Amino acid sequence: MKLYQQTAQKIGEMLAKKEVTSQEVLEATAERIRQVENKVQAFTTLTLDEAASRAQAVASRQDLGGLAGIPCGVKDNLCTKGIRTTCSSQMLENFIPPYDATVISKLKEAGAVMVGKLNMDEFAMGSSTEFSGFFPTNNPWDLTRIPGGSSGGAAAAVAAGEVFYALGSDTGGSIRQPASFCGVVGMKPTYGRVSRYGLVAFASSLDQIGPLTRDVTDCALVMNSLCGYDQLDSTSLQVDKPDYMSFLHKDIKGMKIGYPREYFQKGVDDSIKDIIKKALLTFERLGAQVEETSLPHSEYALAAYYIIATAECSANMARFDGVRYGYRDDKAEDVEEMMCNTRAHALGPETKLRIMLGTYALSSGYYDAYYLKALKVRRLIKEDFDRAFEKYDLLVSPATTSVAFKLGEKSADPLAMYMSDILTIPVNLAGIPAISIPGGLVDGLPVGVHLMGPPLSEGKLLQAAYSFEQATDYHLKTPVLEV
Amino acid sequence: MSRSKYEAVIGLEVHVELKTNSKAFCGCATSFGAEPNTNVCPICLGMPGTLPVLNRQMVEYAIKTGLALNCRIAEFCKFDRKNYYYPDLPKNYQISQYDLPIAIGGKLDIEIEGDGASKTIGITRVHMEEDAGKLVHQGNIMTTPYSLVDLNRAGTPLLEIVSEPDMSSGAEARRYVEKLRAILLFLEVSDCKMEEGSLRCDANISVRPNGQTKLGTKAEIKNMNSFRALERAVEYEIDRQIKILEEGGTIIQDTRTWDEVQQITLSMRSKEEAHDYRYFPDPDLMPLKIDQAWTERVRASLPELPDQACLRLVEEYNLSQYDAALLTATKDGLEYFDACVRQYPQPKVVANWIMGELARLLNQNNMEIKDCRITPHALSQLLTLLEKGTISGKIAKKVFEEMFQTGALPDKIIEEQGLVQISDEAGILAIVKEVINANPKVVDDFKNGKGKAAGFLVGQVMKASKGKANPEIANRLLNEELSRL
Ligand SMILES: [Zn+2]
Repeated sequence: MKLYQQTAQKIGEMLAKKEVTSQEVLEATAERIRQVENKVQAFTTLTLDEAASRAQAVASRQDLGGLAGIPCGVKDNLCTKGIRTTCSSQMLENFIPPYDATVISKLKEAGAVMVGKLNMDEFAMGSSTEFSGFFPTNNPWDLTRIPGGSSGGAAAAVAAGEVFYALGSDTGGSIRQPASFCGVVGMKPTYGRVSRYGLVAFASSLDQIGPLTRDVTDCALVMNSLCGYDQLDSTSLQVDKPDYMSFLHKDIKGMKIGYPREYFQKGVDDSIKDIIKKALLTFERLGAQVEETSLPHSEYALAAYYIIATAECSANMARFDGVRYGYRDDKAEDVEEMMCNTRAHALGPETKLRIMLGTYALSSGYYDAYYLKALKVRRLIKEDFDRAFEKYDLLVSPATTSVAFKLGEKSADPLAMYMSDILTIPVNLAGIPAISIPGGLVDGLPVGVHLMGPPLSEGKLLQAAYSFEQATDYHLKTPVLEV
Repeated sequence: MSRSKYEAVIGLEVHVELKTNSKAFCGCATSFGAEPNTNVCPICLGMPGTLPVLNRQMVEYAIKTGLALNCRIAEFCKFDRKNYYYPDLPKNYQISQYDLPIAIGGKLDIEIEGDGASKTIGITRVHMEEDAGKLVHQGNIMTTPYSLVDLNRAGTPLLEIVSEPDMSSGAEARRYVEKLRAILLFLEVSDCKMEEGSLRCDANISVRPNGQTKLGTKAEIKNMNSFRALERAVEYEIDRQIKILEEGGTIIQDTRTWDEVQQITLSMRSKEEAHDYRYFPDPDLMPLKIDQAWTERVRASLPELPDQACLRLVEEYNLSQYDAALLTATKDGLEYFDACVRQYPQPKVVANWIMGELARLLNQNNMEIKDCRITPHALSQLLTLLEKGTISGKIAKKVFEEMFQTGALPDKIIEEQGLVQISDEAGILAIVKEVINANPKVVDDFKNGKGKAAGFLVGQVMKASKGKANPEIANRLLNEELSRL
């Protein structure tokens, strides 16, 4: 097995035992990037020089465990001090933040070695990474297909062996859907579990940062570094953070698992349903009690999501006006024209569409019918989950309705594109944690199993995911990229 | 124009900058007059990915203000985003409070000038928000090729205090803002400087024929940068609206600006052009819960307020309502008065000097009482010298002026300039006799019954003594001497 194919945890052990140096690990990663990046196109910015000095700094430190010395990538909507943070938008093509996101500070403290910023749909709005303002990213399993989105670069880079793990953000499935499409593990933590400070906001009440990793152990490892209260984020939760690694070796005998029937209805490919049914049998074999259940308001989730997310987005995106940073149209005659042209030139069509949808939903006369109603639906969806979790420890569903689709297949049809997130969106509306783990292949393409839990149940999710992973070998399958 | 046939209905929205140590949602300082764009950070610059963190001191000041205005403090309130594009607004939305403000349903009493009566003005609400920055133009705003943006002020905490439409004249509007300002100054939550913009005021004005219950169409007036401007703008607008109605026209709802040069209001935008601010709850901030205990802690810490102080001056010191109101108009003024009375416990005398000579000199020199060089100790010394008869009232005023200019103590001034009053009868009698001998014609006039002549002779005595003769004694001795002739 090549070095780049190892898990982060294994690399950590090898570094600790001095079987390998952090420079050697970085060199293996850099070599892999050189080999496959032109095919995958996962990165917006490579930071191999900075990575080299960090790897060197780590090499001289003895006391670091965990993530120290392990190369990783970061979605390009997480602010990195001194390193451009583009959100894959022409608007921020040359934006260099003077501050680090809290998660970036945490990774630095842990000695992580960031090798680059990862491509995404512009400002995290999209489900295929085709809406990147620069270029699309290709799915390492089939380069003619999309990697999912919006954290497409992150999922593809992990799957292609270009990084050992990546940080993404998940507003309606943007970590879990690409994880599913690329055959990696992706977790969206409980809302407030991870600080959002320095995450360029798409929809503030839904956004959450999380890891994309090769396996469940790595997910727990990265979660240990990411979580925790942050006084810079008022929505961050003041709760103790557990050692997620400690959940991994517990069995799941007697665990109650529900599968909501609404997540297996029309629109979900039969081949995907088969994979999930097989997964449910595996959970049963491992000692869990598996039952069908219902989340009756699920059908309204998509509509509510697109109102709430676009409403928040319309305000969050307002700051990109050319006045203080980012792109500016300097041919305009006056300030109003400058602001209008700046936005007209530098924002992509999907971003504009969502800004307009959100502006409309908040407009006087429409607010009650759209925004307020969407908030009520959101509450009903949350209550559906609350009721379900009175009875079940976890819920299981497909993560996506199909395998990764072809580039260009849905990019002209917004509704079809939005439907691809239908299974992951309710989790964000409810603010609960969820994880997508490899559940097998359909026609040689990966399919994710989606586990959802009550607030702050990340440990239990990891516990069930790890048991499943131990009983299967799907996570060991990797795409073959001709070098 | 028949003003008497109409009633004006006026409500005010007052914005005050709070003098918290740091801004509303970040750690930047709020100090006034710093180099442009030095009191800024990624948060108040609206950089991507940054998040607001609520300043507890702002909340405390808002609770204080709400309580002082007799409001109910909401146990649950929240922050909303008010969306509009402007280059001095870094996020292009302002964090404000929309439907759930921190304080509601209060009132304050204003004294109506002249008749000593008071009127209660309702306070609809008090809410917290952040201020915007400032645009600076080089030269003429219409021809300058660019604007400069200073974001030092962006994110400074503001309170918006909204009154009920309970006022009916420019004078009442002025009194309301003066009273509100006094309360805020007593609370020490704001500097309330209208000229510097730390207190800003908009007026909603409509008129209706007497007896009509339905409100008329209103206009909103902005850009009134002094009490005088406020009073004049309101009066102008009332007259403008009445004139339109009298001429059979209809009033168009609009937002108007006060033009200080022309002394008129000008339309800025009509109702149709009004902003749709698309308020919605700010997802970056948690709803704010204020428990009873916090409110009560703040209530217990409230200082004496103008109305309470005024009552104290009337009841304890026997001052008139009018004098008490004047003395409690500012916190500095009241503190000065109290300090003086502690040193010289004759409140009425102290009050007369402060409202008379001191007010006159401060006014003349365009100064505030906190800049006054006369310490309470010095004033007390002067009043004691006057009471003992060491100096005359006239000399006292002269010494007072000297004290005001130089800050010197009165005994020193009196000694240096030899201003001690002459009360020695033999000395004064000598001067009286001299004056009588030197003015035989005037003495004749006196004998012929011309009363004025006596006054002239007293004046001559005072002049000869360089103003130091005790006027009572001089008067008596002169009369005695004249009657003997
Ligand atoms: Zn700041």
